[in-house]
Amino acid sequence: MSEPDAVRGLSGRPVGELTLEAVRRGELGLPDLRIHPDALEAQAVVAERHGNPQLAGNLRRAAELTGLGDDEVLAIYDALRPGRSTPAQLTELAEWLAGRGLPRCAALLTEAAEVYTRRGLTR
Amino acid sequence: MAAPADQPVGRIRFMDRQRVNLDGFAVEDPGLGLVALRSPADPEPGLVISGGRVTELDGVADPDFDSIDTYIARHGVDLTAAAAAMSLPDAEFARRVISPDVPRDEIIRLSAGATPAKLARVLALLRPAELGLAMTKLRGRRTPSNQAHVTNRLDAPLLLAADAATAAAFGFREIETTVPVLADAPSNAVACLIGASVAAAGVLIQCSVEEALELELGMRGLTSYAETISLYGTEQVFTDGDDTPWSKAFLTSAYASRGMKMRVSSGAGAEVLMAGAEEKSMLYLEARCVALARAIGAQGVQNGGIDGASVAASVPGGLRELMAENLMVMMRNLESCSGNDALMSESDMRRTSRTLPIVLAGSDFVFSGFGSIQRYDNMFGPSNFNAEDIDDFLAIQRDWGIDGGLRTVPAGRIAGLRREAALACRAVYRQLGLADFTDDHVERAVDAAGSKDLGDTDTLAVVGAAHAIREGGLTVLDIVAALDETGYEDAAEKIMDMTRARLSGDYLQTAAIFDESLRVLSLVTDPNDYAGPGTGYEPGPARQAEIDTIRQARGVADLRAEQAAAAPAGPARLLAPAGPAAPGQDPRDVVIGVSPAVGRDVWRSLSGLTVPEVLGELLAGLEEEGCTGRVVRFSDTVDLGRIGLAAARLAGSGIGVGLQGKGTALIHRRDLAPLANLELYSVAPSVTRELYRLLGANAARHAKGGTPDPARNPYSDEAIEARYHTTVIALMALERAWVRPGAAAEELSREGLQ
Repeated sequence: MSEPDAVRGLSGRPVGELTLEAVRRGELGLPDLRIHPDALEAQAVVAERHGNPQLAGNLRRAAELTGLGDDEVLAIYDALRPGRSTPAQLTELAEWLAGRGLPRCAALLTEAAEVYTRRGLTR
Repeated sequence: MAAPADQPVGRIRFMDRQRVNLDGFAVEDPGLGLVALRSPADPEPGLVISGGRVTELDGVADPDFDSIDTYIARHGVDLTAAAAAMSLPDAEFARRVISPDVPRDEIIRLSAGATPAKLARVLALLRPAELGLAMTKLRGRRTPSNQAHVTNRLDAPLLLAADAATAAAFGFREIETTVPVLADAPSNAVACLIGASVAAAGVLIQCSVEEALELELGMRGLTSYAETISLYGTEQVFTDGDDTPWSKAFLTSAYASRGMKMRVSSGAGAEVLMAGAEEKSMLYLEARCVALARAIGAQGVQNGGIDGASVAASVPGGLRELMAENLMVMMRNLESCSGNDALMSESDMRRTSRTLPIVLAGSDFVFSGFGSIQRYDNMFGPSNFNAEDIDDFLAIQRDWGIDGGLRTVPAGRIAGLRREAALACRAVYRQLGLADFTDDHVERAVDAAGSKDLGDTDTLAVVGAAHAIREGGLTVLDIVAALDETGYEDAAEKIMDMTRARLSGDYLQTAAIFDESLRVLSLVTDPNDYAGPGTGYEPGPARQAEIDTIRQARGVADLRAEQAAAAPAGPARLLAPAGPAAPGQDPRDVVIGVSPAVGRDVWRSLSGLTVPEVLGELLAGLEEEGCTGRVVRFSDTVDLGRIGLAAARLAGSGIGVGLQGKGTALIHRRDLAPLANLELYSVAPSVTRELYRLLGANAARHAKGGTPDPARNPYSDEAIEARYHTTVIALMALERAWVRPGAAAEELSREGLQ
């Protein structure tokens, strides 16, 4: 589907350079192996074309999340679990995400803050 | 003996002892949610849209939406399709679902505009055969596939590697492992990754553990998909599960952000088990889960009961409900991983009945975990099918000519792959300083049918290895390097190929798997195009040959070789021709007539006795009663009645014994019609030496004018015909090849028969 030449790791390294030789030379690290937001955006377009805008939306949130560290991602997940956060904390987290350039994830948090408050899912 | 007064009669006591009666069956009880397809408390389907948003969903108004309603209303309904979907009468919707003339795309479009209650109502109308037809038409991926569980009680890495290689060789395209000891998880992921890579390219690996650790393993490239992200149909149970639709939506994105394929998990019975079904039917609650799965952007759903499969199976129509769940996932344009992963009955018939319709219809994954290991080693709990059932499954595929994703693997290849996987795993663990294993342990892991065959193992070493993987921050690159450095370059290359293939993200699309050439097959690249007979997926010739060629199949050539092996070695005179057969004059003369291939190509009868041994017993029986027997071969017919009658007509006594090489035998008398006879052993495989001797003795008693107590067929409860009919066909072909019309009967030497 995707043009092989255009595919890069999160580090920017072209996929063609991910070889056993490169492993032997010790050149590769996890960022070379991680998916690039451009690939996720390209897949979002494909998903939309195949009747699944929700999957597209998910892949676009995922593209945003490639910019966060593993610990940050897990911390936000934990904050979204029931009874973990006050409405204000969720709103602050949404603002922080928006500030970091993750508007779709921010919108998810904003909506969670509203619904959690109404449904008693906040701390 | 009469039944005691306080007990049922013998027929009922006998029925009570059958295994199906170990199962629990529940009285339907909507109050507890113990109802499959429809409960009085299920809402009427309904959808109100105003101002471009959903203001009422299945009878609940916006202000009263719970968190699940809210997420579905805001993200899960295609408002452009809503009017068409909701106004369509249920029966007409259902008719379109099964009609080959209504394209899949049209059903997908309509379903996107339907509420959970609407889809539940529509699917409750489908009969079992209609569910199957709809599944064939509506699954996303054209090519069906299958997933395996690979686990063991000890988390023994070399056994995991050998079993992962075995599963990959059998054709499973996803391998799911888990642990009895949580801390072992990183070791299990690594062992399965190595094992699968030894056997095949492109097998996806999952290690099912708690979310944070599972995500961490994926982030390091040690695993490539996840599927145990649970959704529930009521807000209370969802919250009890420590999640919300928003936390799950975020987690779904988190997995995708690390390039991991992910599906959610739901299914009937989960809410019932938590006493939280709120009087709703299982199908309606699952309809909410599936709508939510679509709304949060998951690419697929594992459902069809899962942990609650036996809850659904305990109520009327439960199996219909389980299959309807899978179908609903397909209608929502998601990948279906179709359950069958929990043993839902002690009865082989019930558990087969639960799984078979899905296997026949074909799904993206017909099992969301076929236990490729033995039941006792399955740390998810026994699956509905396990290692005990692999040959059954292969036979079922072949019987119906369908593709359930598996294939026969020659025994030598299994042995070679298991050895290479175990050795590669040991080499990597040693190279990375994780653990060391003895040669003896390698040998045991290669040969083991399960972890009970491993002897004493060092379980602490596994904990230590897992700790070192986790704390040392090992990644897939370390595994690749270690494989390469220890001489397993091919497996290292396979993992690198996969690592490269993952970067494009093509396998994040709905229903994506890699084939063994690392091509992605998905809803996008391999869309289901079923539109009636002659369309849709058919196995190609090579794949069909894999399905058809099971290792137990035998042809005439195989049987000829087996018979030749039973032939007397060297220049023996056993059954050698001894001239034309003349009519006997002695009233004690009994002729044993044998079929054309006896003494030529057929040497062993179906009972396992050689033909000379059978003849020896018949002759001995005749002699015991004071008669003498001659052996005469008739080459003009294979029909036992005619052989026996011809033998009787040659005999001085007028009594003949007919014997086919396969062991079927009878007593005949010269004045009877060919198809009549005095005594008959028709169940050749079960006839013993003693019975043949009795037949000889009875023939002699008939010769002397007596009326012996007839010998009786040794009937049993075994599927004798299933076991021997293919051999009979081949044996009769060998007999038929020696038929010469008009050929004279010839006497055979009795030398060496007694």
